[in-house]
Amino acid sequence: MTQTTALGVQYGPREGYADDVTRELVLELHRGMVRIRLFEEHAGKLVESGDMPGFLHLYVGEEAVATGVMSVLTDADQMTSTHRGHGHAIAKGAQFRPMFAELYGKTTGYCKGRGGSMHIGDTNKGMLGANAIVGGGIPIAVGAAFASQYRGDGTVAASFFGDGATNIGAFHEAVNMAAVWDLPILFICENNGYAEFTAQGNHMKLEDIAERAASYGIPGVVVDGMDVLAVRAVAVAAVERAKAGHGPTLIEAKTYRYFDHQGIKGMRIPYRDAAEVEAWRERDAIKLLEVIGTERDLVSAKEFADIWSQTEAEILEAIEFARNSPEPDPADILDDVYTV
Amino acid sequence: MTTRELTYVKAFNEGLHQVMAADPDVFLIGEDVAGYGGVFHMFDGLLTEFGPKRVKDTPIAEQAIIGLGVGAAARGLRPVCDLMFMDFVGVAMDQIFNQAAKMKYMFGGGVSVPLTITTAGGGGMSAAAQHSQSLEAWLAHIPGLKVAMPASAYDAKGLIVGAIRDDNPTIVVMNKKMLGMKGPVPEELYAIPMGQANVVREGSDVTIVAIARMVVEATKAAATLEAEGISVEIIDPRTVQPLDTDTIVTSVKKTNRAVIVHEAVEFGGIGAEISSQIQEAAFDYLDAPVARVAAPFSPSPYSPILENAYMPDAARIAARVRAVVGRG
Repeated sequence: MTQTTALGVQYGPREGYADDVTRELVLELHRGMVRIRLFEEHAGKLVESGDMPGFLHLYVGEEAVATGVMSVLTDADQMTSTHRGHGHAIAKGAQFRPMFAELYGKTTGYCKGRGGSMHIGDTNKGMLGANAIVGGGIPIAVGAAFASQYRGDGTVAASFFGDGATNIGAFHEAVNMAAVWDLPILFICENNGYAEFTAQGNHMKLEDIAERAASYGIPGVVVDGMDVLAVRAVAVAAVERAKAGHGPTLIEAKTYRYFDHQGIKGMRIPYRDAAEVEAWRERDAIKLLEVIGTERDLVSAKEFADIWSQTEAEILEAIEFARNSPEPDPADILDDVYTV
Repeated sequence: MTTRELTYVKAFNEGLHQVMAADPDVFLIGEDVAGYGGVFHMFDGLLTEFGPKRVKDTPIAEQAIIGLGVGAAARGLRPVCDLMFMDFVGVAMDQIFNQAAKMKYMFGGGVSVPLTITTAGGGGMSAAAQHSQSLEAWLAHIPGLKVAMPASAYDAKGLIVGAIRDDNPTIVVMNKKMLGMKGPVPEELYAIPMGQANVVREGSDVTIVAIARMVVEATKAAATLEAEGISVEIIDPRTVQPLDTDTIVTSVKKTNRAVIVHEAVEFGGIGAEISSQIQEAAFDYLDAPVARVAAPFSPSPYSPILENAYMPDAARIAARVRAVVGRG
């Protein structure tokens, strides 16, 4: 249902956005979200057990946002991610083996063990990396969009960030510049309600972050971030607008992370109540798509179950690959500081 | 090559014109760089020659200016992003040191960032604490960055071309007080690679390592000292990152004495690093402790009297050299 507020924020995609959904699309989106879900759950357990180093910001619960947006992008379209970046990487086409290898700090990892969880990504698939500075990737995505416009190559850029990042100056500077130059870019705010451990109501006056779009003179759209088809529909419209030369769109996807800001164990202090978490889990994006797929007789329950089990097997194999991969050599520590 | 006299800023400007003409992937963005040509005339005529697609005025938004350069460079373009005053790097620092500098390494080498940042540093114009700084040590401390500081018209042209052609994020720090200083500049396009020091003057009694405009002050001091029978060799590192330690050490092994001069404050300045490098590589050759001439540990003051006391000059350099050679 489309509504518009006084500040021009549009709620949800156009009417009938899910009417023409195909079996192939449901399968693709479902597999995409399951790949993220299972990767994250395994990675979380491996860190908690001490088998893997570093710390993890898990994307579980937010899968529909990355999957929905990335389903309309190509490898040539560029993307910047966040500290919570595994989901974006997987949705953009990153493979399990080099991802797990990177988390294990191995030479076969996407970053050769130099980046780890917070910088993961495949630069050959249009990823300008995960970024551990909140808001740091947003101006970089604007640069990628500038390159698209400069070359006239028809590509677009997408920048993912959280609700907390919209309070940092880099966000304001970047969105304003993209707006004034009509750059082909999608700004996707994954509003999970918390900047780390601080609830949205304690870090901004606004309820809908999409309203910030009005101050840059660009469209702002609020979408249900647990509905992958709705996310995809608003991304389609934003890409069309970008490619037509009309500039950026700010998309706010209302979503939720099931785990803590970092790690898988749960909350150190109860900044959210269990009922809130449970209420969001009831609206789980993967479950929702499975209901749509089976109710419309597009995909059977057995086919959905097969996707889960096939993905699980692929992940277990990738973990073994990562564990058995060579460790980096300290003699190479200065490699790739500079391009020579 | 045909050579003629050009000002420092005109030489820089000519280098930018020529490199933009030669490479369509080079573009320029910054505050008032297009219509106004930059507040120091560094970018005069570029908009007229290359048009609004390649020469763009930006909002006052230093993070976005540099961040845009990082993203465009990662996609293979060669952005030139201007920060007007060196003091403004602080506003953009996350994009400079967390993003541009680290992107190649932390992504496993898969991406290069051929970004050039231009800016103007240095004091002597009563521009006070936020428009006079020399922050090269801060930038040189970050693995992944390169920092060039031209000290002549010839180098202003060669280093901007060298920086743009370098595949790494490079900051070119022009010196505000040198803008109108003339020197011989070839008409042709040429590049000075990063990390090649210039032996400005040969001598036998003492080596002065001078950064940016301090090369000019050191040269004046050397003339005075020559009349006193002290032979001074002057090394201009040209880039403080990478630092051409070999040229500096070779000189010190010959002269056995070193004085390092920069406009930045002494504590934690690049002189501390150069001094340490000299002592590690040439300790047995030294006849005196390595000396430094630099600013005291305070913000840059506004009053001309205070600023004159703050900034190193030929007299202070000469006095320090006399002390180092035992004639103080």
